[in-house]
Amino acid sequence: MSAVTRKNRDGRTRARLFSGKAGSLLRLVFSLAITFFGLLLVTFLIGRVLPIDPVLAAVGDRAPQAVYDRVREEMGLNLPIWQQFFIYISNILQGDFGTSVLTSNPVLEDIKRVFPATLELATIATIIGVILGIPAGVFAAINKGKWPDHVVRVIGLAGYSMPIFWLGLMGLLVFYMKLDWVAGPGRLDAFYVDFIEPTTGLMLVDTLIEGDMDLFWNAVSHIILPASILAYFSLAYIARMTRSFMLEQLSQEYILTARVKGISEHRIIWRHALGNVMVPLVTVIALSYANLLEGSVLTEIIFAWPGLGLYITNSLLNADMNAVLGGTVVVGAVFISVNMLSDVLYRFLDPRARR
Amino acid sequence: MTTQISTAKPGLKQWLTSDTPQSRWQAKCGRAWLGWIKFSENKLAMIGLSVVVGLILVTIFAPLLAPYDPLAANLANRIQPPSGDHWFGTDQLGRDILSRLIYGAQYTLLIVGLVAITAAPLGLLVGTAAGFFGGWIDAVLMRITDVFLAFPKLILALAFVSALGPGIENAILAIAITAWPPYARIARAETITVRKEDYIEAARLQGTSNFALIIGHITPMCMSSLVVRVTLDMAGMILIAAGLGFLGLGAQPPMPEWGAMVSDGRQFLLEQWWVATVPGLAIFVVSLGFNLLGDGLRDVLDPRGGD
Repeated sequence: MSAVTRKNRDGRTRARLFSGKAGSLLRLVFSLAITFFGLLLVTFLIGRVLPIDPVLAAVGDRAPQAVYDRVREEMGLNLPIWQQFFIYISNILQGDFGTSVLTSNPVLEDIKRVFPATLELATIATIIGVILGIPAGVFAAINKGKWPDHVVRVIGLAGYSMPIFWLGLMGLLVFYMKLDWVAGPGRLDAFYVDFIEPTTGLMLVDTLIEGDMDLFWNAVSHIILPASILAYFSLAYIARMTRSFMLEQLSQEYILTARVKGISEHRIIWRHALGNVMVPLVTVIALSYANLLEGSVLTEIIFAWPGLGLYITNSLLNADMNAVLGGTVVVGAVFISVNMLSDVLYRFLDPRARR
Repeated sequence: MTTQISTAKPGLKQWLTSDTPQSRWQAKCGRAWLGWIKFSENKLAMIGLSVVVGLILVTIFAPLLAPYDPLAANLANRIQPPSGDHWFGTDQLGRDILSRLIYGAQYTLLIVGLVAITAAPLGLLVGTAAGFFGGWIDAVLMRITDVFLAFPKLILALAFVSALGPGIENAILAIAITAWPPYARIARAETITVRKEDYIEAARLQGTSNFALIIGHITPMCMSSLVVRVTLDMAGMILIAAGLGFLGLGAQPPMPEWGAMVSDGRQFLLEQWWVATVPGLAIFVVSLGFNLLGDGLRDVLDPRGGD
């Protein structure tokens, strides 16, 4: 908006709060902070309605009442609830998510250890989804109403309707157990696991750093199936959005102008129309990336992939609440950040949105 | 021309397609008829509708359709391949998979039904209130909605179920808590477009209270977009419910819930693949049905949403 300043009734100009470039950044940070605050409030409340008594979990059920009371006081559970919430927030801001009962490590350390596996899986899946999804969407748009359009639509709808854990099992059954084209669960064959020192935590990168091509290809054959299965879901979404963005662009007058000028159809579609579609597509891709971090929960379980999803689920089944809530906060925070980032990116890439 | 139609004794079709309806009821029926014609031209939508109707029928007539007791274990007869006696084979306790599938339809319909009738009215209430009153009420309600939207659904549902304890009731509650925010968004958008309309002002001048305005005059305007969205979301709800069941956090054994049945079949995947495959296919077919139905409804009820 150009109206950075606004005339007051008495003629003086007054700077408006939250306007202009710095203002819009400030507004973004503000809404990020509010949303994050809400996230913490929800996880805190979930932790409160819990039937598991954290004191009992720490001292055991044979502890005398005096010990129980002391530990309860140490844990801050006798304080008023708003004070407990305040302590919870300040702990989390300092990176203290508590200690995992299951692994007896600080939760944050556990998450740092498992997160790269999830990140690697989601990244490869998004790359596959983009490489296949965008051409599929373009193809559907230029053949609107004909059979390629219907094929892409049905593939997309099937993607929205498929239980991912079941698709994962079927993938394992066919491509690993029956055909033996890919490796099975895990990130490396059991034989190789001790060979690799985690530097970045990304298996594909680590094996390349060590320069061991056998290990690298082994890691590839492990990641390709779970990544493809995750990719199917982002592919369905990316293809559908690409299709509708493309249809919108192809009906614009500048396309007609380009045709009149005699530019080849190929160039019109892939350069002119797709060029304009790329900006909103970035948002779509970012959203699907964030969704994959979530969608990987069930995939990780099927493929015994030691990432955040498997960590959260294992902790959950063992009533390890610190780990579950810590993991939830981290996933939520990543989700919020990616959403915000895509918003910023959109403004940055599209000159119209900046005006 | 008009007199001709109203004086002649019209058939049902004529009554429906009359361009001079005599009553509100007739006009409504006529609109519904036109919508149905448009809907029934869409083959995919009709397939979706038949899947959903089929699910409902199977749910109602489960005791008549199921050849065996879904819970009766028969260890002498465990993990049998599909045969004439057991069309989809038997599971690890010798229970007939077909019968379990048929009874499992009840849980699927129960879950989506209960989630829809709790989450949709909640979202509708929040959204219409926010849009109607505006100001700080709008700001507060929409912030809350944004917070819930910011959570990944499955993770939030997992956290809730872990706090409340596993079980089908808690799974339904968790899914409902994660499902309402988009409805609030939609209801708010629709409310904002109509709240300044003359008919609202006219109703207000007649002394209609705010509450009655929202319920009687604004809510109906939100219904068609809401119905479309809820139908499309039902597929997602089925998948989340199945995911929770698969993790052992939804319906508890020995309930024949489809997600849990897939989980049961995991250990026999290589040799007895049908134990996991068949319930997964059922989940897929039903959620595809809801997706197709929702797509078709959107074309009829909400022309803006289509392309």
